[in-house]
Formats: sequence, structure tokens, C-alpha cells
Amino acid sequence: MENIIEVKNVTFEYKDNDKQKAVIKDFSLDIKRGSFTVILGHNGSGKSTLAKLLNGLYKPDSGDITVDGINTKDEENEIEIKRRVGMVFQNPDNQLVASVVEEDVAFGPENLGIDPKIIRERVDNALKAVDMYDFRRSAPHNLSGGQKQRVAIAGIIAMEPECIVLDEPTAMLDPRGRAEIINTVISLNKEKGITVVLITHFMEEAELADRVIVLGEGGIIADGTPKTVFSNAGLLKSVSLDVPQTTELLLRLNENGLKVPTSVISIEETANVIYNAVANLEEK
Amino acid sequence: MLKDITFGQYFDTSSPVHKMDPRAKILLTVFLIVFLFIAKNFYALIFMAVFIFLVLALTRVPFRIYIKNLKAILPVIIFTALINMFYGGGGKEIFSFWIFTLNTGGISKAVFMALRIVLLILLSSVLTYTTSPNDLTDAIERIFSFLTVFGLKNAVHTLAMMMTIALRFIPTLIEEAEKIMNAQKARGADLESGNLFERIRSLIPILIPLLISSVMRAYQLAEAMECRCYNGGEGRVRMKQLRFGGVDFIAFFVSLVTCTAIIFINIFL
Repeated sequence: MENIIEVKNVTFEYKDNDKQKAVIKDFSLDIKRGSFTVILGHNGSGKSTLAKLLNGLYKPDSGDITVDGINTKDEENEIEIKRRVGMVFQNPDNQLVASVVEEDVAFGPENLGIDPKIIRERVDNALKAVDMYDFRRSAPHNLSGGQKQRVAIAGIIAMEPECIVLDEPTAMLDPRGRAEIINTVISLNKEKGITVVLITHFMEEAELADRVIVLGEGGIIADGTPKTVFSNAGLLKSVSLDVPQTTELLLRLNENGLKVPTSVISIEETANVIYNAVANLEEK
Repeated sequence: MLKDITFGQYFDTSSPVHKMDPRAKILLTVFLIVFLFIAKNFYALIFMAVFIFLVLALTRVPFRIYIKNLKAILPVIIFTALINMFYGGGGKEIFSFWIFTLNTGGISKAVFMALRIVLLILLSSVLTYTTSPNDLTDAIERIFSFLTVFGLKNAVHTLAMMMTIALRFIPTLIEEAEKIMNAQKARGADLESGNLFERIRSLIPILIPLLISSVMRAYQLAEAMECRCYNGGEGRVRMKQLRFGGVDFIAFFVSLVTCTAIIFINIFL
């Protein structure tokens, strides 16, 4: 199967105080195995709800979500789905269960009932993968936010999932912690081949993705490579999202008469593009 | 700061006692406490004292740390001693005042009881100083896992899980309480002045936000646990397997010898 997750015509609404508000309406999406997808959207666009639908924490009101061919509505395979699609949340403090790092990482595999020796191996490997092995005997409250979030990620990898869904994992971190997490996530995707779905509202984090999906009121507004999505600044601004600063700069240069391509994102590429454009001007 | 309060009193010196299986430590502590009460004369109690002091030395925890523990309980020791001093005992009367009569027997009984309490405290501090709270929780879960037979497995597991989570979140909640306190102070809340009633009242704006945030945390933690395939205790395997080793067997053997000796001293001395 090429797709690890398939979402077909899903509708989901919260039933609060008799007010029914459809957060997700007739929504379809496929996530390719081994891909790195970033889902962008402002507050209330339903991105967290979507995340919780993907691993069966919430069940769709109508439509179907399948993980590796298993329907998330299938109560008997609940554990199988959660094992395949791991989930990392925003607040690192509220995900850690044990007061010793390695015991926390072991929590998932312990629940799966694996042989203790294999659990030990998985815990060590997971901690090494997020570069927290040296802290295995520490207490979580002595770690920084970025470190705690890396432990939370290790706790998920130790279950050896096919896919990790990260729901704004960097929202509560300082810039350094944010960089730590993004680098960890990228290396998991590139080196271990784990499918990554990263939900965020930081544009910069989308630069390195294979695919960017922008969510608006209940549906997909844009879907494509980071370059194609970000070059459409008007669309992003219509859902109150900002384009990355580099794109913003290039767009403004264009508006003011300097012809530069707007499809680049990284700071280095942007600098090159502007340099070339200015050099061309001087030649003329 | 509040955060530095130690919970449990774990004091790591990596001594042989630290390396014992926590289950063995709990069982032996209970066993020895029982024998502390079986010892009925001074010879037996002093024999027990020697044994306990040897164990203290073996833990390599500085003796002043144990003394600190004793100081905290000093009023109880004095109170018990006084009560015993003036009630019963028999022997020669030393003096009598109003309803109080002091006998030689009373004095020896008071000393005996005081010594027994001191030894009791020392013995239980050995357990708490040499076993981390996590290991204690773990051991309690496993010791009581025999209750599975009575269909209580889930109760035991749930309790142990609650203890684990409580231990994990105590520092987090203290940090949070500090944040809220500072936030309220920044808005002009006065937490330190006024009479007792006023001070308790001024705690309300701290406790309510703390309570609400704890409930939110609990909810999020539950979701995170569910995402990590938590399904109650069912089918759960622990990474750290506890195994009785050489140290534990030696400890069991030595304790057994000590207790046998106590019985003999009780009978023959």
C-alpha cells in the first residue's frame, strides 16, 4: 500500500451546549508512506481535531479513516492503530508519565507487552535517535522544554510506529528548542523512513517538507510543495497565515519592480536570487 | 525555592543496601519491625539496636541525616516516655506528687519505649533513604500483585499508576503554583499579611487556577497515555524486571538469624 493513512469524506463536529459546529466537513486526504507532510492552519481551522482523528482518538461522524488498511472506527484494533500512528502533543509536560526519562520512554512498549529485553533495546535506540541517551536517568522536571519534547518523541518512537503525527510540538518552546525538535523530526523522516505529519503555524517549519497542506474553514485551501504553496501569498493571507519572511521579502521586491523569482524559501537561496537580480540590473 | 523540596528522602550512595531488591527491603522492614515489638526485654532490644546500627553503617548514609529524622519525631518520643514513666511499672517508689507516682520500674519502662521508637524510626528511614520513590511504588505494585487471585489486579495497578503519576507531577505542580503566586502578586495580591483567616482566604486565587490547570493537565495526560497504547494494567510488561539477587538472600539470612536470636533472648534472659 502506498498510502499509510487515507481519509475519505470525513465530517466531524463537536457537540457542545447543543450548538453543533462542524470543524471538519467532507474532508479527504491521503498521506503517502515515508513522506513528510506539514499541515498549516490558524487557530480554529480544525488542525488539532484532524490530528486526533488520524490515530482514532476521535472517531469521524461520517466518512472513514484507514491506517494501513485498518478503519479507525474498528474498536478491536484500537491498539494496532495507535501503535502505527504515534502522536506528540503541544505541551511536553502533559505527555510524560514517569519521573525517570528512560522509564517514561518505556511506557509505550510496556503497554504493548513486549519482551523486557527488547523494550530495553528499543528505549536505548529511541533515546539515541533523539539524542537524549545521556539524560536517560534524569527527572523530566530538570530538563528544558525542547529536551522534554524530545523525550516525548522518543516515547513514541520506542513503539516503532509507521507514522508520527506531531500536533504543534514547538508551540511552547523557545527558538532553540524549536530547532532541536524540527531537526529531530527531519532526521527521523530521512534516516528511519518514518512518515511524519507535522501540524504547525510556524511557516519556517514547512520549508523542508515534501508537501504542505493549508487548512481553512473546514477544508483544504492549498496543497502542494512548499515552493508552490508559499508563492501564493494572497491565498495564505486570506486565511490569516503569514508567508515565510524570505517569501514576503521577495514578493515585496516584485511589487516594487525588482523581478525576482518567488518560489525559493531558504535564506541562502533568497540571498542568491536577490544578488543575481541586482547584478542583472547593473549590467543593464 | 519550593521546587528543591525533596520528595521521599532518597539519598543515593550506591551501597549494598541501595542495590537490594526494593521488594526485599519492604518485606524485611516489616518483618524486623514486628520483631522490634516481639523483643520484650532490654537484652533483646539492645541486640536489635546493634543489628540496626550495623545496617545504618552499611547504607553509608551520613548518620546526621538519620538524626535529622529523629529530631522531627522527638516530641512523640518524649511524650511516650513521660506517659510510660508515670503509669505502672512497679518497683521501688522514688517520689509521689498528687496523682503522679514515679517508680524505678516506670523509668526503665520509659527508656525501653523510647529506645523502641527510636529504633523503629531508624529502621524505617533505612527503607526510605535507600529506595527511590519510583522503586518503592514499583515494589508495592509487585508485592500486592498476588491480589490478582481475588480479582483485584486492576485496583493494585491503578493505585500504583496513580502514585507514579503523582510523583511525576509534584515538581510540575509546584512550579505552576509558584508561577500563579507570582502572577497574583504582580496584580497586587497580598499573601503574607493578615490573620490566619485572611491568609487562608488569600490562597483562594492561587488554588482555583491551580485546580483548573491540573484538571486540564489530567485530561491531556489521559489522551497522551491513550496514544501510547495504555489500556489499564492489561497485558502490560515492565522493562525493569525485579530479581532477588545474592545481597537479598544474605539480607534475608542475617535477618532470620537476628530474629531467631531475639526469640532465644526473650526466653532465656
